[in-house]
Amino acid sequence: MELEKKILKILEHDAKISPKTIATMLDEDEAHVREVLAHLEKEKYILGYNTVVNWDRFGENGVEAMIEVKVTPVREVGFNGVAERISRFPEVRSVYLMSGTYDLSIIVTADTMKEIALFVSHKLSTLDEVQSTVTHFILKRYKQDNFIFESPQEDKRLVISP
Amino acid sequence: MSTMDKYVSKTVQTIPPSGIRKFFDLVSQLEGVISLGVGEPDFVTPWHIREACFYSLEHGYTMYTSNQGLIELREEIALYMKRHIGVSYSPEREILVTVGVSEAVDLALRAIIEPGDEVLIPEPSYVSYSPGASLAYGVPVAVETFAEDEYRVRLDRLEKSITPKSKVLILAYPNNPTGGIMRHEDLEALVDIIIKNDLIVMSDEIYSELTYNGQHVSIAAMPGMKERTIVFNGFSKAFAMTGWRIGYACGHPDLIGAMTKIHQYTIMCAPIMAQKAALEALRHGETEMKKMVENYNYRRKIMLSGFREIGLECFEPQGAFYAFPSIVNTGLNSEEFSEKLIMEEKVAVVPGNAFGVIGNGHVRCCYAASVADIDQALDRIGSFLARHRKG
Repeated sequence: MELEKKILKILEHDAKISPKTIATMLDEDEAHVREVLAHLEKEKYILGYNTVVNWDRFGENGVEAMIEVKVTPVREVGFNGVAERISRFPEVRSVYLMSGTYDLSIIVTADTMKEIALFVSHKLSTLDEVQSTVTHFILKRYKQDNFIFESPQEDKRLVISP
Repeated sequence: MSTMDKYVSKTVQTIPPSGIRKFFDLVSQLEGVISLGVGEPDFVTPWHIREACFYSLEHGYTMYTSNQGLIELREEIALYMKRHIGVSYSPEREILVTVGVSEAVDLALRAIIEPGDEVLIPEPSYVSYSPGASLAYGVPVAVETFAEDEYRVRLDRLEKSITPKSKVLILAYPNNPTGGIMRHEDLEALVDIIIKNDLIVMSDEIYSELTYNGQHVSIAAMPGMKERTIVFNGFSKAFAMTGWRIGYACGHPDLIGAMTKIHQYTIMCAPIMAQKAALEALRHGETEMKKMVENYNYRRKIMLSGFREIGLECFEPQGAFYAFPSIVNTGLNSEEFSEKLIMEEKVAVVPGNAFGVIGNGHVRCCYAASVADIDQALDRIGSFLARHRKG
């Protein structure tokens, strides 16, 4: 278990680190690290790997919204049933159950604002359990998943120093 | 322009220029260089520490502090030293906050050396001690250390270097540039001879948090050694605060008092905003610091295993963030190797002879670099070796 956690901690920061390098870092056998990784992937401890992209650099105009959703919990399944239903929509990137004044926080991406508006009015609001929604469009991203967008950290050190 | 050399004091004239400087000029002209030549962390100072500095400025902390440094910082240093090396120091009388460890070393040498006194310096060694001893009118005496001894100071070699004029022994472990450390038993073995010869030990422990297999041990914690040891430490390496220039010295009140005398007339005090930041580092910086140390350790292993793969022989460093591989099988000396490597492969390393004559045949590679850069540099050094390996 300790080794699994150590591997995950390393990958969480940099998914591109090779099993060979991980093996070196942790004084482990490369074959063993590959086995552990395969196990973690198979058992869904690792759900996948993705990349943090700054699409703004391409001038892409995709939109993203954070939607607060109030829902009526259902007997037996509570919030899970509706949360899982919402999760299945491909335009939904993330779904979280929240404490506080609303229940679910969902993040939706689309090409245009209109598409998001249609998603909310046609698909989300029409679900029986959904009582109300509040849509917040994301205007600008400053930091995501540990990465700062505007001023990436560059090495400011002298190239040679004692 | 007429030469003014004749006005420069003999003492300064005889100090050789830093071997690193020349190399720095060479590297600065090139583009696309991967540098393993740095002597500092690749992390920026943790945000909460920088933020503590802004806060202090906003609240108008822009004045002198007492000569010895903010009392609350000295109190925090005393607590830290107690838990870190197990030695108690009085914040009022036994701790002096300085402008980096560099200042502390200079003060200590000037406060203690009489002209002609000998200063024993284990080499390879950081570049400042020997010139520092000369500037204090002392005589630097190299005590050679070797990879086969894991760069530890061996009793017999120390013994041979001691003369009636020996007054100071400098110990700088974990060591820059070798990554060697002195374990408990290694230090213990030296205690008798140090006491017998009435030596003062200056123990530069700036890299002590960066000790990878086991716990750092200070010679000040050995019986009879606290009073004759001045321990130097600071924030540069462990807390990634090189540019803040905050260090400190701990030792006997008479010695710290003598150092404070020089400090108060030459420096007055370390900058208050940096002292405030240092205070934050000691109070709340441990978690971040441990993460950085873990990260250095990972990269230490990556570099070492890379050296093994490309056939570069290297002592396994146990501390700091440097590896000091041997390049003798290329038939090149350190400077030739480093210059060719930078020109042919654009990888900057520091020639080992910058750290004393005994460092020749080696280069210093710093692994406080990104994993991607280390990998890339290893590839390049690999192809360089393939071209230049002899026989």
